Amino acid sequence: MQYTQMMNNSKHSLIAIALLRIVVGWHFLYEGLVKVLNPEWTSRAFLLDSGGWFNGFYRYLAGNATLLNITDTLNAWGLTLIGFSLVLGLWSRFAALGGMFLLALYYLSHPAFPGITYLFPSDGSYFIVNKTIVEMFALAVIYFQPTDYFIGLERLISSKKRNHE
Amino acid sequence: MSSEQNNEKKGVTRRDMIAGLAAIPVLGVIGYGLLKQQQEKISRKENVLPELDFKAVSGVPALVDGPVLRIGVVGCGGRGGYLMKALGFVHPDRIDDWEKKGSSDVFWAQYLQEFRNQDDLRIQITAVCDVFEKNAQRAIRTGANVFRNGESGQMAEAPKRYLTYQELVESPDVDAVIVATPDHLHVPVAIAAAKHGKHVYCEKPLSWTVEETFEVRKVVKETGIIFQLGHQGRQTESYQVAKSMIEKDVIGKISLIEVCTNRNDPNGAWVYDIDPEANEQTIDWKQFIGPAPWHPFNLERFFRWRCWWDYSTGLSGDLFTHEFDAINQILGLGIPASAMASGGIYFYKDGRTVPDVLNMAFEYPKRDLTLLYSATLSSEKNRGKAMMGHDAWLELDENLTVYLDPRSTKYKDQIDKGLLEPFKPIYSYVPGQGSVDAITTPTEKYFAGRGLLYTYRDGKAMDTTHLHLREWLNCIRQNNGTQPSCNIDQAFEEAITAHMGTISYHQGRKTHWDAANEEII
Repeated sequence: MQYTQMMNNSKHSLIAIALLRIVVGWHFLYEGLVKVLNPEWTSRAFLLDSGGWFNGFYRYLAGNATLLNITDTLNAWGLTLIGFSLVLGLWSRFAALGGMFLLALYYLSHPAFPGITYLFPSDGSYFIVNKTIVEMFALAVIYFQPTDYFIGLERLISSKKRNHE
Repeated sequence: MSSEQNNEKKGVTRRDMIAGLAAIPVLGVIGYGLLKQQQEKISRKENVLPELDFKAVSGVPALVDGPVLRIGVVGCGGRGGYLMKALGFVHPDRIDDWEKKGSSDVFWAQYLQEFRNQDDLRIQITAVCDVFEKNAQRAIRTGANVFRNGESGQMAEAPKRYLTYQELVESPDVDAVIVATPDHLHVPVAIAAAKHGKHVYCEKPLSWTVEETFEVRKVVKETGIIFQLGHQGRQTESYQVAKSMIEKDVIGKISLIEVCTNRNDPNGAWVYDIDPEANEQTIDWKQFIGPAPWHPFNLERFFRWRCWWDYSTGLSGDLFTHEFDAINQILGLGIPASAMASGGIYFYKDGRTVPDVLNMAFEYPKRDLTLLYSATLSSEKNRGKAMMGHDAWLELDENLTVYLDPRSTKYKDQIDKGLLEPFKPIYSYVPGQGSVDAITTPTEKYFAGRGLLYTYRDGKAMDTTHLHLREWLNCIRQNNGTQPSCNIDQAFEEAITAHMGTISYHQGRKTHWDAANEEII
């Protein structure tokens, strides 16, 4: 009885984590595609508004046309590919790592530390932890608990591979 | 054989299929969301953009071919130094300083890089003149720093120092003169230079008195020299976009324009540092006084000359003129029919004679509008330039933002249908973006209207003063009568308008412009 209960629980948690993977992917994919589809989009204003320890680095990126262009392209396509991977459930462990890396970069440019203010208004009240950090930890869960084999393209591919063996 | 059994045989069960493809519908939903977003963008463009097909200035104008031009600089203090930097010349100790700061701060590393990347304008600074010994000596070193080096680097031939501007303008080694003196000396230097056939780049405002405004216009026209007034705002891209927008009648009939100065620090209020090396031996006081009323030697008056009518044109000449020239280049307003000013010395009770709060109203009955100027030197509450039209209002600085008026006649249909939202920015121009487009993301929406330091050409940050000087040099080299954007006629309008405000302030009455007789009454 207890064992069945545990199995049910782990199945439920797998479903929950798979759903978490899909919604985080949704967020990445939509943000990425909106940027890819808008040739006018640039991260310049966001970078110029950076605060905290690394603001010099971010402003440097914003000030250099070539670097800014590279940053914008990598960011937009990075978000899009990570989004696709997480939603579809294919290589999503790599996507989770990549996503955490991007989110860390966003966080370090706008850390939610007391005493740092930004031109761009915040959508809530934060002390150190903000939504970027929460999403980063969501990706950590996704990384440590793969669900592609459970709900995702990986399941389809691996079962086809099984067939060929 | 059932299909379930068939699948099992293949190794791909129906369950695998469902779980494997479970997320595909999510892509459909995201696709739908994107489609909606794109449609909204397109419909917004269709509703507004046909009228907003602007031509932003593209690219930096090429340098016109011609000989190396030999420049003389009269007035080598703060502004003179800045102009020399915009021409590509700085004192070597500043290069060393930027290099040192740049080793730990990328801002300065980039600043130095940008300076070194600035185009070579093919000029030579052959002559300098300043009444303060230290400024003159620094200008000599600056002019010799052709290769943009630090103290240990190679220098070229140093410019010759002249003790008076009269001697400098007579020099056969000078083709063109930059005037960066205090206001009361602009016209005497400009006229002397023009009479010797030298082209003139004169800092704003054009003149210190009304009479000399007529005189300098006459001399510049008679001599046919190339004259540029130093309103580098002429090179600001957002002003050019605003002009194109108003020509297309996007914001409707304009009845009121508000421009402001909002400063709140001693430097902004002209309380500059007094150099410890300055004294009666190192300053040619008599020459500084020039046409101004005599006053015994006074260091405050020398360094903070903007605070005294004896040498300055006050808020009207010093800061309003920037705003006026911005609006004049966009709307071609010219000289107003009347001016009414009021204000006072309300914060800086430091012995100055010019007001630190000034409000002026200029009437343009033929254009059915008022130009309002409001200034304080003791509050930085940001009040930008605003042009108020019946259909929309436009806020302008380095960026440009258009807000829809809820009572607009022109856009009534679109507002009723919910296609356009009143009060919100419907359009923004942010320098550095590839092209002019409607605001698309929340970040852009927020930053629209927030000022950035530089004007952008092809997305590259440009120093407007460099562009303004470059335009002047190009006109000189073209040598076919092409006039720069802030020529003597524009300068005349600028100066007369500012004087009308100042006279109104002094006399506590409305002043009028008699256009037929060209007279302030």
